[in-house]
Amino acid sequence: MLEIDRLSVAYGPVRALTEVSFEARDGSITAVLGANGAGKTTLLRTITGLVPAKEGSIRYDGKEIAGLAPEEVVRRGISHVPEGRGVITELTVEENIRLGALWRRRQPDYQEAIDRAFALFPPLESRRKQSAATLSGGERQMLAIARALAAKPDLLLLDEPSLGLAPLVTAELMRIIRELARTDGLTVLLVEQNARSALSIADVAIVLNLGRVVASDKAAALASEDELRHRYLGF
Amino acid sequence: MGRFVDLTLNGFTYGVIYAAVALGLVLIWRATRIVNFAQGALATLTTYIAVSLLDRSVNYWLAFAGALFAGLVIGALTERVFIRPLYGKPDLNPIVVSIGLLILVESIAGAIWGSGDRGFEPAFSQIGISVGKTHLEFSHFDVFVLASVLVLMVGILVLFRWTNLGLRMRASAFAPEVARLLGVRVGRILTTGWALATFAGALAGLLVAPKVLLSPNMMDPILVYGFAAAVLGGLDSPLGALVGGIVTGLGISYVGGYMGSSMETVGAAVLLIVVLSIRPEGIFSRPSARRV
Repeated sequence: MLEIDRLSVAYGPVRALTEVSFEARDGSITAVLGANGAGKTTLLRTITGLVPAKEGSIRYDGKEIAGLAPEEVVRRGISHVPEGRGVITELTVEENIRLGALWRRRQPDYQEAIDRAFALFPPLESRRKQSAATLSGGERQMLAIARALAAKPDLLLLDEPSLGLAPLVTAELMRIIRELARTDGLTVLLVEQNARSALSIADVAIVLNLGRVVASDKAAALASEDELRHRYLGF
Repeated sequence: MGRFVDLTLNGFTYGVIYAAVALGLVLIWRATRIVNFAQGALATLTTYIAVSLLDRSVNYWLAFAGALFAGLVIGALTERVFIRPLYGKPDLNPIVVSIGLLILVESIAGAIWGSGDRGFEPAFSQIGISVGKTHLEFSHFDVFVLASVLVLMVGILVLFRWTNLGLRMRASAFAPEVARLLGVRVGRILTTGWALATFAGALAGLLVAPKVLLSPNMMDPILVYGFAAAVLGGLDSPLGALVGGIVTGLGISYVGGYMGSSMETVGAAVLLIVVLSIRPEGIFSRPSARRV
């Protein structure tokens, strides 16, 4: 379980998050919604230690993780697929995935985790040895997620996975994410501008506006609040 | 014709030495986007360490290995102590610090070992080899120079392409933030990069010292040519460092041989200007790979 309590973040004098609190239960999908600049990406980057928290706490499995470096946070079972996917185009598809699993290379199921990441996304399997630069946008998103899963996380942070993808590809991706949460008990924090598709698979959702949580409820309940939808979610 | 062959062989030998220096610069540039002006001075320091060991009648190869090992340690320490505090600071800071280190290390070497020239025993004979009736200006030691840089280059290539450490090093160079998110302890990788770079420089020092005389500023001209070689190769390609080194070595050898040795530096400068105006990103660099 991820517990965020009165988390505040600032870039110099600019406040990016103000007293954000919420919980993400194990095996649930939490959608983090809001307009551009609402603080969604900052929230994920703070959880993984790329951005320092100014105040408040981030607890995971009961332990404080605020202040840990990103390379240590991933060792606690939290994988972050960054905005723009972060596929390393200078490496091959296989190298990207192996890199994601490398810190666990002494675990007995190291190879199994890599094989499973490939098995989840068959298009990647046939392109193992190819440069990641040759992949399409949808395939790159698959690679970024497969690479994160190769680390066998319990919590997956996804930053705008639908960005730049065709609607059909987005739908397929959402189906896979839903599937992972259901079958593996993976906890997902899904940041999306595309609120409609995020709400279609999320259990709960929070809405950020200018760095504050302005709404937080079951996904279905949020989707039916017309005023909120018009005001913050744009549909 | 004989002269051309001699100049070519000489150019190759010096060229691979420049390549070793260039490789050091490339490894550091790739990892930290810093041009390490102290690369040459650190190589002088490790060469003096070899000399000190030899003066204490340590076995030649043991002293050789000792200097290379010292290169690894000194490189790692330099990164940890002097360079680490500079990450995220303005680009000028590492330039000033590495030039400061250059001066500091050369003065310390002068204070400990004296500022005068001294000889450095070669591993093999420096007398030219005769092939049939032709006598070449190319010695057994030169063969050793070519072979050892080749081993270094192949070693680095194997490390980068086929090892987990190499994969982490490439990832950290191309996308440090993503690498951290994937659990790569980038700080350690940077230290390793500096260690390897200084190791390559240490080898260059040991190879050039028997050809020129050992003095605290022995490596200054070598660093200039090594820098030219690295830029020719594109600053972030190890293969580019090798080709750039050989091109620079050959160019300088021909210019020196046919136009007089006073023209060597001018020749290197002209080469650099020509390449930078035709292909500013260097011969081997893919512009897409650069993220400054």
